[in-house]
Amino acid sequence: MSKHLQKPPGVPLREEDFEAQRVLSVMYRPKMRYSWATGVAIGRFLKGLRAGKIIGTQCAHCRRIVVPPRVFCEWCFRPVNDWVDLPDTGIINTFSVSYISTDTTKLKTPIIPAVIEIDGTTHAGFLHVIGEAKPETLKIGTRVKAVWAESTKRRGSITDIRYFKPAEWKP
Amino acid sequence: MQIKKRVAVVGAGMTKFMRRAQETGKELAFEAVRQALDSCNMRIEDIQSVALGSAPDAFDGVHMKGEYLLDGAGAWGKPYSRSFVGGGTGVFSLIHGWWHVASGLFDTCLVVAEEKMSSCLPHPQTAFLTIFDNMIERPLGPNLIWIFALEMQRYMQTYKIPKEQIAQVAVKNKRNALDHPSAQIAQKVTLQDVLNSEVMAYPVQRLDISPVSDGACAIVLASEDVARKITDSPVWIDGVGWNLDTTYWTNRDLYFPRYVANAARMAYAMAGVRNPRKEIDFAEPYDPFDYKELHHMEGLLLCRKGEAPKLTAEGVTERDGNLPVCPSGGLLGVGNPIAAAGLMKICELFWQLRGEAGKRQIPGDPRTAVAQAWGDLMQIGTVVVMRG
Ligand SMILES: [Zn+2]
Repeated sequence: MSKHLQKPPGVPLREEDFEAQRVLSVMYRPKMRYSWATGVAIGRFLKGLRAGKIIGTQCAHCRRIVVPPRVFCEWCFRPVNDWVDLPDTGIINTFSVSYISTDTTKLKTPIIPAVIEIDGTTHAGFLHVIGEAKPETLKIGTRVKAVWAESTKRRGSITDIRYFKPAEWKP
Repeated sequence: MQIKKRVAVVGAGMTKFMRRAQETGKELAFEAVRQALDSCNMRIEDIQSVALGSAPDAFDGVHMKGEYLLDGAGAWGKPYSRSFVGGGTGVFSLIHGWWHVASGLFDTCLVVAEEKMSSCLPHPQTAFLTIFDNMIERPLGPNLIWIFALEMQRYMQTYKIPKEQIAQVAVKNKRNALDHPSAQIAQKVTLQDVLNSEVMAYPVQRLDISPVSDGACAIVLASEDVARKITDSPVWIDGVGWNLDTTYWTNRDLYFPRYVANAARMAYAMAGVRNPRKEIDFAEPYDPFDYKELHHMEGLLLCRKGEAPKLTAEGVTERDGNLPVCPSGGLLGVGNPIAAAGLMKICELFWQLRGEAGKRQIPGDPRTAVAQAWGDLMQIGTVVVMRG
């Protein structure tokens, strides 16, 4: 190690240094808004959600059925044209019990994010949250079913599914 | 593949890693570069090209961050470019510099990695959130910790790994960092401290996580003929590899980072490493969270799948163990200024392989080592094999 590095450069500051204006800072708050076209595949997926359906795609080449759907297969790099209506059931692929919100504020009642592997797919799924469940009863592999927003309140969003709840096993 | 020139690391430098630095990003980069050049008695005039790594512009609120950092990175009037592959950037920046020299295009290249995360308020986490899918994930109000928690849970449940074995990594790395002069959060913590720390998103607890940091690192590269004039003990970059898995991360099985394995195989093949478990003397895998070190040891094929926690519990990965892992103290101990943290691992390989790591020195004259970083949406592995 270079001998200089016995004392590496850099001056650590504390929050108090800023508050006491021992160091100066310049503030900036960006104001930007975005409007994203949902695209072909996700557009169709979101329309499906509005109608209370989960829509996936199947690649004619590798036969893989996936959700979220796409108009190409990234494995085969070929166009995908086969749309598949999927059930609104599946299993928990993995989950967490989160005591922090999106902006890291603390939560008394945890959110349970999970990857839901949708029935009828080739081990494919999407991120959502679990509701009506005690965290300690959940496991990877727990069967779940979508709980939908009322049809009049659905607007073509992933939140048209309010959450997934543990469900009875059905063959 | 044809490599025109063998490439050596001949110099390294770094700043302190800090929660909040007084210096700007440019100033941090300048200090790291000055250290690196001084360490090999080179001047900026001796540098033919500059490769910079830095993570999201959103941390700084400065677009064209590569250009913003240019002057501090010693790149004025030189062929210069910036690479960015999320958390994988630090190790990738070395690969980026490596091909400048390996291609025969330049004899020397300066690699600089800088990150200043503290500017972003209230927390750089907010800037990170935009990695989630803008249409079907962000409306759910995700938190960055979630993806780690989800991956960690899948990994733990696949192999029935007790949390204690994972927490050992945090204990080890924070302790190793006590011997690193740049370390931000070196400390003696016990297993119980980690296991009792605040649950953020189960199974992730506060002490499982590396901190938010400011800092910079720099590396000087030279082609073989030039390197031998600069130093008697060049450290060779004998293998590089990188690989990306799909962004459809919810369609993957997160228990194993196969993209890291692909990157490792690429790097090992280039370096002529046939049996990594036997031939790699020590490793610096990416450890932003404690379980990630284990996940990456398996991805780097340094042990069997699911075996890394057991090896850690047995002490194999301690500095005096059979396979020292993160002897630097890693991100968990030294700190995690994203891109700079990855290049810190390259600095550590350089110092260890030259026998210059001081109190951190691994016993037994290590000859071959691997460093790795990871990032984007849990989808990239960047791997470098170096020999002393
Ligand atoms: Zn296909």
